[in-house]
Amino acid sequence: MMKKTMIFIAVLAVGLCVLHSESLAAQKQLAGGDALPAIKLPVPQTPAAKSYVGLTSGETFAVSQIKAEVLIIEIFNMYCSNCQREAPRVNELNRLINKDQNLKGRIKMIGIGAGNTPLEVEVFRKNYEVLFPLFPDEDYAIHKSVGEVRTPFFICAKRNADGSLKVFNTNKGGFPDAAQFLKEIVTSSGL
Amino acid sequence: MLRRTIIFHGLVMGAIIVSCFVAAAYGLADVLKENIYEVGKLKPIDSVPKLKVGDKAPDFTLPVVSGGKASLSRYRGKKNVVISFVPAAWTPVCSEQWPGYNIAKGIFDAYDAQLIGITVDNIPTLFAWTHQMGKLWFPALSDFWPHGAVADKYGVLRSDGVSERALFVIDKKGIIRYIDIHDINKRPPLDDLVKELKKL
Repeated sequence: MMKKTMIFIAVLAVGLCVLHSESLAAQKQLAGGDALPAIKLPVPQTPAAKSYVGLTSGETFAVSQIKAEVLIIEIFNMYCSNCQREAPRVNELNRLINKDQNLKGRIKMIGIGAGNTPLEVEVFRKNYEVLFPLFPDEDYAIHKSVGEVRTPFFICAKRNADGSLKVFNTNKGGFPDAAQFLKEIVTSSGL
Repeated sequence: MLRRTIIFHGLVMGAIIVSCFVAAAYGLADVLKENIYEVGKLKPIDSVPKLKVGDKAPDFTLPVVSGGKASLSRYRGKKNVVISFVPAAWTPVCSEQWPGYNIAKGIFDAYDAQLIGITVDNIPTLFAWTHQMGKLWFPALSDFWPHGAVADKYGVLRSDGVSERALFVIDKKGIIRYIDIHDINKRPPLDDLVKELKKL
């Protein structure tokens, strides 16, 4: 009886250890060279945002459907003071992309509000007059899929020949100069 | 002997389970990571309510981090008031809740509401902590001495001397219209507060 109980406990403990290591692996922070995880988002409501992502119908879409050669994803949080401080520089990055006729339409940006409701995302968008589409990630599902990163976190992904997206650069905490960051993106993506 | 072995293994398993499922996804801001004291998962609520919706909100006067003192009664007849108690400076969740409110002034204005932030920290600590949030549009009050007296009056003083994460909505007549003594480990969604402000 005692032996059986011990074996049962040992098996259970080993099983839990395996689960633990798998959950740690799932939390690995996204880095250059990784495939971008499958991220599903609600189709934006405004015509401008729909046109930007290149979608007109449906309720949800996969990030890989966004019509762009390079995609920059900002993981932010409306409550994060660092994201608030970075917002003007992030807007500047978007402005620089769109004023460059060689880059406009080829590099696109989206923001994902980790743990934020649609209302909270809207507060952030309005407050900082963000012109690229922002999406809520109310239950942290996307945040978990990219490794529970600290915010802001920027994921730069490039389109593969098969249409999938591969991460070529990440940035944690923000960038001091939008023009320099854009230059790095253009260089490392090979655009 | 058998019982002791089982208890021992049970404890080991418990520890493994806890390490598996305790996530640290609360304090997210990268800039704060080196200054935030990780408190781990706490008992969600650790106080006994003393007030209910419909009660008159107890008045208080507390020092403000930007100087001087503030009283609840100064808003009577003029503004609705939202009191945000947060447990402690330099801890996860708290360090992001007020910066969020700081960019939502338009929402508070739309409902003619004044936000008041209260913690049980002393003024120098509050000064350093709120300074890194940027300029706050709402007063941050120190309920440090007599320690947690206002939090206690509002029934949100925890047994370890910090306050609950709690929201009180008080109308212009000074009547409490909403109480949210929230799970200390989680941030209350702004949506819930807006829903209540709409009812005023």
